Amino acid sequence: MLSQNEIMQTIQMIDQQHLDVRTITMGISLLSCARSDTKAACDAIYDKITRYAENLVATGEAIEKEFGIPIVNKRISVTPIALVAAAADTDNYTPFAVALDKAAKTCGVNFIGGFSALVQKGMTQADRNLIASIPEALSTTDLVCSSVNVGSTKAGIDMDAVALMGRTIKDLAQRTADQGGFGCAKLVVFCNAVEDNPFMAGAFHGVGEPEKVINVGVSGPGVVYHALQSVKGQPFDVVAETIKKTAFRITRMGQLVAQEASRRLDTPFGIVDLSLAPTPAIGDSVARILEEMGLEVCGTHGTTAALALLNDAVKKGGVMASSHVGGLSGAFIPVSEDEGMIAAASSGALTLDKLEAMTCVCSVGLDMIAVPGDTTAETLSAIIADEAAIGMVNSKTTAVRLIPVPGKTVGDSVEFGGLLGFAPIQPVHPFSAKAFVDRGGRIPAPMQSLKN
Amino acid sequence: MKAIVTVIGKDQVGITAAVCSLLAQHSINILDISQTILQEYFTMVMLVDTSACDKTIVEISDLLDQAGKERNLSIRIQREDIFNAMHRI
Repeated sequence: MLSQNEIMQTIQMIDQQHLDVRTITMGISLLSCARSDTKAACDAIYDKITRYAENLVATGEAIEKEFGIPIVNKRISVTPIALVAAAADTDNYTPFAVALDKAAKTCGVNFIGGFSALVQKGMTQADRNLIASIPEALSTTDLVCSSVNVGSTKAGIDMDAVALMGRTIKDLAQRTADQGGFGCAKLVVFCNAVEDNPFMAGAFHGVGEPEKVINVGVSGPGVVYHALQSVKGQPFDVVAETIKKTAFRITRMGQLVAQEASRRLDTPFGIVDLSLAPTPAIGDSVARILEEMGLEVCGTHGTTAALALLNDAVKKGGVMASSHVGGLSGAFIPVSEDEGMIAAASSGALTLDKLEAMTCVCSVGLDMIAVPGDTTAETLSAIIADEAAIGMVNSKTTAVRLIPVPGKTVGDSVEFGGLLGFAPIQPVHPFSAKAFVDRGGRIPAPMQSLKN
Repeated sequence: MKAIVTVIGKDQVGITAAVCSLLAQHSINILDISQTILQEYFTMVMLVDTSACDKTIVEISDLLDQAGKERNLSIRIQREDIFNAMHRI
């Protein structure tokens, strides 16, 4: 029999510490929807998604009520559209994004991811078409998210694609200038992208995945923060143990929800993504966990070490709680989506350079960072290249989701609303990397031995 | 199916009676009750069996939530599995 104490502990986690399942994401393969006629392909995509995900939202809501655990998002990820659209008789892939958007709205999901291309070793014509379509596609749809994988540990970094993505981000920001460049919040540039990520904006359904699959992303920075408050001043061994135990509980809850959703939707269970995903709400911040470990403010010296411990302990605790772990699995540090990060960045304690260092030890990368609107495409590309290099050399996923906010500069801020939050504009280095980015070509894949 | 009903809020006359009669109306059997008052806050935890219940757990959840709001209490029903998952290996 459960004790009253245990029951109340769970209720407090939900009520006061923001414990939730961040997302149930249904991955759907669209490979069967390839057609030479664009309209026929888009119709097939709409039909397949709405058929497979018809009950996704209703099922999520029923589970939410029965278990009394909030499930914040219900989402869909699909096969990278560059693969599905390659056979189509068009070089503008915006109609595919429109079909995805329409299907997402019919299903009632929050986001749909997969307007994507995988170009780590080079671009096909379809990949080029897709990247060229991103600004129009994301500025004319509401729920479609896009990602482009520009590098991997095995292939190196495709610097032509990196250069192209810098220009694409600029273009997209301009087209959504009236919303503070919001379009860029729906676009991620990856190195070592994973095929089973349930989190947006970078989710897509990889080609190694089954016909359809259920992936679940758990969360719970507030629960970890609260648990650490009870071990103030104690050694790091105790800190790590406390985080592990907490992560175990959170993940068991995620695993239960994932299995239940999989059974009810008659869809195979894929993975649980063990991530600490913050929100802008007070008490749901990863930065505050790092500060609870003894840092005056997130971003000061010691932040990288604190984050390394947190990230590792979350994985160690979570991995035993789930039958299949995957996705990004780690602590997220999206600046605009984390109340503590926003405060640290606003005070100047948390810089872009420190954030880059932090991404060496956690998932995922430079995420939701607002930079001045006059940042050049080459500077954006150089930032992407730096981040991709970290992922490539360390055999981990890294990503860049930067928003060059049109018309704004350091000292200003931008509001995206909801889970995407609010961000101060952060400075970038004023020195040019144009000649570096203009070289193009590929950065070769790194050595995997002689590691130093 | 077993579920946990929790009632949290400021103590007042008739909380237990109200919750128990609502559960009884829908043929939900109470297996165990524990109750404490901490700093005037009433906390009751019940283990219940919903196998003979005439409504779905989602409907019962809505009814309890409604009853709770009328008395300024938080009343919820959750499947026992969630607690077992989090606290038992």
